[in-house]
Amino acid sequence: MISIEMVITRIPGLRRDDLERWIGNAWVRPDAQAGGYMFQEIDVARVRLILELRDEMEVDEHALPVVLALLDQLYDTRRRMHDLFDALRRTVPADLQTTLAATLEGQRRDP
Amino acid sequence: MAKPEDPYQTLGVARDASQAQIRSAYRKLAKQHHPDLNPGSKAAEARFKLVSAANELLSDPEKRGRFDRGEIDASGQEAPPRHSYREHAEAAGGRRYGAHGAQPESWSQADIDDMFGSMFTDEARGDTRPRRGHDERYVLTAAFLDAVNGAVRRLTLPDGRTLDVKIPVGTTDGQVLRLRGQGGPGRHGGPAGDALIEIRVAAHPLFVRDGQNISLELPVRLSEAVLGGPVEIPTPGGVVRMRVPPHSDTGTELRLRGRGVPAHGTLPAGDLRAKLRVVIGRPDAALEAFLRDWKPEHDSDPRAAMEEGP
Repeated sequence: MISIEMVITRIPGLRRDDLERWIGNAWVRPDAQAGGYMFQEIDVARVRLILELRDEMEVDEHALPVVLALLDQLYDTRRRMHDLFDALRRTVPADLQTTLAATLEGQRRDP
Repeated sequence: MAKPEDPYQTLGVARDASQAQIRSAYRKLAKQHHPDLNPGSKAAEARFKLVSAANELLSDPEKRGRFDRGEIDASGQEAPPRHSYREHAEAAGGRRYGAHGAQPESWSQADIDDMFGSMFTDEARGDTRPRRGHDERYVLTAAFLDAVNGAVRRLTLPDGRTLDVKIPVGTTDGQVLRLRGQGGPGRHGGPAGDALIEIRVAAHPLFVRDGQNISLELPVRLSEAVLGGPVEIPTPGGVVRMRVPPHSDTGTELRLRGRGVPAHGTLPAGDLRAKLRVVIGRPDAALEAFLRDWKPEHDSDPRAAMEEGP
């Protein structure tokens, strides 16, 4: 587990008051424990992403919640897509998988 | 010092260059930029240093491999492994920021109908009996204090409708509220489905919740801890005045009965537990002088319980 101080040390250019505001906005959701927040690696990666979005890609903080909500939806969809692929691989007979692959291939060739 | 550039660029070789190509490129550049052959040229000297460093890194297959994998940077320093947000978000752990919290995404009837069309639904077989609409799931992030004290928050649905969601007192993270009849429309005269709203509770900078109780770390002065005294303690219901008992210490817990999560349902109100943390602050001359002359009556080693170091 990673403390807020470690997050600030690990990410150059990150200010504590910014991070605390992002947590307050629920853009970053570390676990709360007696004595402070505890971050997981995904939280740290998300903090880094938010910082890059704001400072390098010039997404200001008013627009950030929209961008984050769309990203979260995108990743939701991608995780579900992978779940679907897993289910197809486990349950669909091989010949049907071949047909499916050929159909998708066809769509790719003549859009 | 300038950031070291990509050693492959420095040597002018492709990323998949053979060891022989690297050696030959290095020799050629070394000849060109060697300081002894270019006396007085600072530029050549700097270039030569870069070329030598690049060669040192790339001529060692082990180091080269580690650089290629991003484990060390161009100056040979250990680079912390850095995973992009995407790697986390696409793995199962990414559900932490998903619409359904840490639960696996569930497939609703509507999703499955979308995927397979009406091929498997009753209508395809000519069934026009009334059918209840689908339940629809939403997530609403509530502020910590709204979840503790209760609040009404407006949720805008994807179809533009708004729902006023009553967050009850003492709502916990992940709790699902069911709003009857606010889900998908029924078919053939059937009733509408329900809206299921999962409440996500945001963390609070001071308070941590444990069931009905709320804990908090309360910084106190040295004098307040030793001599006792009145302090103001923030609670979810507002600031409360309380006395710190004399001879308190870091870790002493004050319990404010009934100042935690308010009573709701059959649950009685919880307590607020304030754990003291003694803060010395900036010492002054008087404190220093006192401590120098102080012969403690009960001197004990606070580290006595710690294990012996190696």
